Amino acid sequence: MSDKKSSILKPTRRQFIKYSGMAAITAPYISRSWAQTTEINMLAWYGHGEPDMVAEFEAANNVKFNPKYYAGGDNMLALIAQSPPGTYDLILSDGEFVQQLNAAGYIEEMNAADYPFDDMLHEDFTQFPGHWKDGKLFSMMLRGGHLGVSYNTTAVTAEEAASYECFWKPELKGKVGHFDWHLPSLGMMSLYNGNGADLWDLDEDKWDKVQETTSSLRPQVGGYFDYGGTFNSLKNGEMLAMCGIGDWITGVLEKDGAPVASVIPKEGGIQFTESYSIGKDTEKGDIVKKFIQYMMSPEGQVKSAQMAAYPGFCVTKAGRAKLQEVDPKEAMRSGQVDGNPNDPIALINEGRIHYRDIPKQQSLEDWNDYWSEYKNA
Amino acid sequence: MTSRDPLTHQVANKPTRKLFDSFALSWRLPIIVWQTLFFLGPLIFMVAMSFFLVKNYRMQEAFEFVNWSKMFSRNYFWDSYFLTFTLATLSTAIASLLAFPASFALAFKVSPAVRRWALFLLIIPFFTSYLVRIFSWYVILAESGALNALLDTFGLGPYTMLNTKFGTLVGYMTLTLPLVVVLQTFALSNIDRNLVQAAHNLGCSPFRSIYAVIMPLAKTGLIVAALFCFILSFGDFVSPYYLGGSKPPTLPILIIDTTKSGQQWPRAAVVAVVMMVTLITIAFAALALAYRTRASR
Repeated sequence: MSDKKSSILKPTRRQFIKYSGMAAITAPYISRSWAQTTEINMLAWYGHGEPDMVAEFEAANNVKFNPKYYAGGDNMLALIAQSPPGTYDLILSDGEFVQQLNAAGYIEEMNAADYPFDDMLHEDFTQFPGHWKDGKLFSMMLRGGHLGVSYNTTAVTAEEAASYECFWKPELKGKVGHFDWHLPSLGMMSLYNGNGADLWDLDEDKWDKVQETTSSLRPQVGGYFDYGGTFNSLKNGEMLAMCGIGDWITGVLEKDGAPVASVIPKEGGIQFTESYSIGKDTEKGDIVKKFIQYMMSPEGQVKSAQMAAYPGFCVTKAGRAKLQEVDPKEAMRSGQVDGNPNDPIALINEGRIHYRDIPKQQSLEDWNDYWSEYKNA
Repeated sequence: MTSRDPLTHQVANKPTRKLFDSFALSWRLPIIVWQTLFFLGPLIFMVAMSFFLVKNYRMQEAFEFVNWSKMFSRNYFWDSYFLTFTLATLSTAIASLLAFPASFALAFKVSPAVRRWALFLLIIPFFTSYLVRIFSWYVILAESGALNALLDTFGLGPYTMLNTKFGTLVGYMTLTLPLVVVLQTFALSNIDRNLVQAAHNLGCSPFRSIYAVIMPLAKTGLIVAALFCFILSFGDFVSPYYLGGSKPPTLPILIIDTTKSGQQWPRAAVVAVVMMVTLITIAFAALALAYRTRASR
């Protein structure tokens, strides 16, 4: 017999390996049995399930978000359509797609009394198109952002950026970029053609003219980009003006000191709207409702306005007041201060903002077909 | 079993082969299963999908030719097709030409230790994500980037290199050039040096020995390297999108565009099937050329 004595405090090498192995194998189960963490499956645009948005709520409520990110409303609808019912507990959707979520029966009815409708910054937000059906609420508006002319301030003056006309400026030849999604870009061309509030409701003649206007911009175009490409090309000065975006991208760059800005031109701008819905047949409706309430609280609204991936504006009065209190610089930069010429609420009141929608007289496919032709021209 | 020897015209005895060799089959089975599950199965599904329909963002099983007629009647589809084919061909030619001197030097002019190190260094880029490598070109190719700064010292530029076809080709080279050099080096290294030496002894100049002796002997490897380059370039989405600015889009970008709006996976499948048919045709043609034996004189 060996006279070497071992103990828990002084294990032999063999015991050490044995204990380590046991600990490694059992650790995940121990952790799970202690935590009993509730997992919330979230379907959202990138950024909404990141720690800057959800970590505080996760820690306070012992939940864990499993975000599944999509890019574009079509992609979102397809992901839900291809998943079993109840897969997603929480769905963040573009406002214009809520109607389709509801029509397909993908979302639960919500109780309006649970949310701060009496505190919304604008009346439009309380009865947002598609969010209600037959007097029943199906989606809660969380945030918004405006799309207009985004430009490099060293190449385009504020006066020039006050019209979409600046995209045709000869000095910008090959330096105008497109966010690679037909809806906002063609929407802007429709606004430039003077279609105003009817920008999505185009008869054949108007649709032809929108295509004509867009095609005339083609020689100016330097590229078509996704989020990363748009971000980089504006940052390194490859693109000096960008069609189809707004402060949701330039805001991030601006905060980093890049000479870029976004304005709503005189022809008008487009608002993107993001709203929360509760997934059909979810078993976690209560905690999901609590999270939506948290995001609609002043603290949640501030988080949304400051979201690292891309900023948006507050939709509640208390949220806006809180933002001005805790981050006056960002409130001023994003125009979320009374009297600011870029105040998003003032722009809506002036009739210069039109909510993003889908084509009324053409199909999305028609618009996409033209977009592919335009890119190949 | 017997057969007649063509030289001696005598009947030779051949070993009989079992019709079902379970030992051999058991070794082949994993790759057969793998290819069936992950290549043949998805390929058949993709072809079938090209006849499906999409309603309310959901694919519905059908056998309709509408997706084929729709895509084939669009000018932008053919524009993308010819652009993609041209760029991939150009990429193959450039990569093969750029790689050959390096491969030649590695195979014939350096010591085995240097060759090993060089091959290791050529493999290192694959340790990093391709997307990251492509994004790093932004710093170099931008108008305010490193390359234009260097050219500026000679009073040249600035030149627009990003969001151009030149940018796309730089991306393709990033993807394919190291691989082409490695494959060409292996092909050249396997050449019997005595044959090269014999050519020299018989008065063949060094330059002539390259195209008259070395290239024919390494033909198979050189063609396979070029084929890999073509296949990778033809199917690449990242370079034409991020360095070419999607202007105009190649077929892989068209697939993404088609799926993004209306979730038209069946139409994207049409594009994918056309790409597959093109690549299979090119691959068979290239391999036939690579393994074609010269007719006896």
